[in-house]
Amino acid sequence: MDPIRIIRSRTVVMPRTNIDTDQIMPARFLTTTTRDGLGQHLFADWRYDAAGRPVADFVLNRPEAEGCRVLVAGRNIGCGSSREHAPWGLCDYGFRAVVSTEIADIFRNNSLKNGLLPVVVDEATHEWLIANPGVEVTIDLETSTLALPDGRRVGFPVEAFARYCLLNGVDETGYLLAQEPAIRAYEARAGK
Amino acid sequence: MTATTLFEKIWRAHEVVAETPETPAVLYVDLHLTHEVTTPQAFAVLRERGLKVRRPDRTVGTMDHSTPTVADELYGRVPIRLESAARQVREFEKNCAEFGVELLGIDHPDRGIVHVIGPELGVTQPGQTIVCGDSHTSTHGAFGSLAFGIGTTEVGQVLATQCLLQRKPKTLAVNVEGALGRGVTAKDLVLAIIQRLGVGGGTGSVIEYRGATIRALSMDERMTVCNMSIEAGARAGLVAPDETTFAYVKGRPRAPAGAAWDAALAGWKTLVTDAGARFDREISLDAARLAPMITYGTNPGMSVALDETIPLRPGDAIHAKALEYMGLEPGQRMLGQKIETVFIGSCTNARLSDLRAAAAVLKGRHAAKGVTLLVVPGSQRIKREAEREGLDRVFTDAGAEWRESGCSMCLGMNGDLVARGAYCVSTSNRNFEGRQGVGARTLLASPISAAAAAIAGRIADPREYLA
Ligand code: SF4
Repeated sequence: MDPIRIIRSRTVVMPRTNIDTDQIMPARFLTTTTRDGLGQHLFADWRYDAAGRPVADFVLNRPEAEGCRVLVAGRNIGCGSSREHAPWGLCDYGFRAVVSTEIADIFRNNSLKNGLLPVVVDEATHEWLIANPGVEVTIDLETSTLALPDGRRVGFPVEAFARYCLLNGVDETGYLLAQEPAIRAYEARAGK
Repeated sequence: MTATTLFEKIWRAHEVVAETPETPAVLYVDLHLTHEVTTPQAFAVLRERGLKVRRPDRTVGTMDHSTPTVADELYGRVPIRLESAARQVREFEKNCAEFGVELLGIDHPDRGIVHVIGPELGVTQPGQTIVCGDSHTSTHGAFGSLAFGIGTTEVGQVLATQCLLQRKPKTLAVNVEGALGRGVTAKDLVLAIIQRLGVGGGTGSVIEYRGATIRALSMDERMTVCNMSIEAGARAGLVAPDETTFAYVKGRPRAPAGAAWDAALAGWKTLVTDAGARFDREISLDAARLAPMITYGTNPGMSVALDETIPLRPGDAIHAKALEYMGLEPGQRMLGQKIETVFIGSCTNARLSDLRAAAAVLKGRHAAKGVTLLVVPGSQRIKREAEREGLDRVFTDAGAEWRESGCSMCLGMNGDLVARGAYCVSTSNRNFEGRQGVGARTLLASPISAAAAAIAGRIADPREYLA
């Protein structure tokens, strides 16, 4: 995976709380056997009407959403199903970060593994971002800060190892494979 | 020795490498359950990197999510309607064969929903770490195992190394005391717990369900409760194993036997939270005060007791939006709401005891005119047992369709769908927008509440239908 350091982009705002992964990627698109092309189905049931036409007032269908890399969502985004198809779809569409006050566990894990940065900010910052859609923000992974247009910076937590992997393009699977001697020793010790 | 929680004991017993501030723990996985939907991209990574499945003996596969439940389609007598689903099934067959993973495939007599067959076959055992590319893996926590859902990248990691990188979660005790009233089931209990915690209330935590009420639950009921832990956002939910657990596991096809059983049992008996152990957080509930529950909104936390009205919440845009999708009004009574579909199935409530409970309500009665009633057993074993008891006849006599096992109408990806705008009383676990089909309106409830609704054609009180 390519290293990530700085994400600078305007925001797309979806203020709904509890946006579950069934909304991000409806189940009928889960029969795919690859990771590709899921961006076209992202938020399909909000983005398109019954006839498959774009819903004009849905935020991703508005011209100003074009090219945005940062999604600001209501509290507890990513709850529900463990489908990694949700972050695959967000990444394929072009998002590089998801900002909220709370991000569901499995979705957060899955996002980190795909170079989609989960950014949990405080309530006040979140409220401000929701109230000001489309502002340009700068997310700096190295310092774990999000900078608002007025220069204010707020910190966000990132698990140390995940950050190290993202910054350096380190592949977690490779790291785990390198644990083989420890795994073998554990299996012997635990009778497995 | 300091007093430790059950979670902590299982965690420590599976640390290959303990966590440090810089690195997460390397956690060993005892049992990896796999299915057709969340594995293709993981096997693709193994192939790209030239890796093998490290422990095929700790890996079991089945087909459940995208498989049709209509026998003719499932067994290939007529083509599967969804070509992409058919391709996914074939790909999983190929992957399992190539990588030496045991597959309880389409024609296997032990096939079923992944979280139903693990316990039923005795592969799920106390004290294990269990993962699966599916969030309802929390079900297996009913056995006092640490069981949680993972993404596809992690599925690949477990296939390749039998390990995962994990930060230690927090602990949350949910203490339940008091006897459940007549017609109040484990499903109602867990809906009440989720209502109390909120859909994000368990985020970052492993729940231990405790107290006399939990101890009195059967294994099937404990599975229903643990199954929905994820609906409160929890990583996992568990119940300490006890005589109920041991009696359930004993004699299962893949449970230890003979001397191995005695050895295993001795270990399992130590799987308790020590007196005085501290949880990061605790909540308590009085089960005696609960009534049958039903959801009215678009997440599992939005529920009321059957005889209550939908909360008003003026000024709450989220609430309003959910009710708009559901076509329901604030202040409205749920009892009497007309419904079109009833689904009895899923890994939450499609075990034999659930089917028996629903059949007891439906026996000698018929679904209301215009109601589609679908009953889908959790596994082929359950299907056969139910048929042996004649439950299938009770269902079909009541106007139901009785199908082959699978996830079915729990999620819209196998052809079993709720029509746009239709109300479906469902024994499954998620009432998200579109979960059961585009525009479908899901009302989550217990098997007896679902059966009562089928008969009445409206949301009805199951207690009026109990013998
Ligand atoms: S029955 Fe529903 S919740 Fe359970 S594994 Fe299948 S799709 Fe998931």
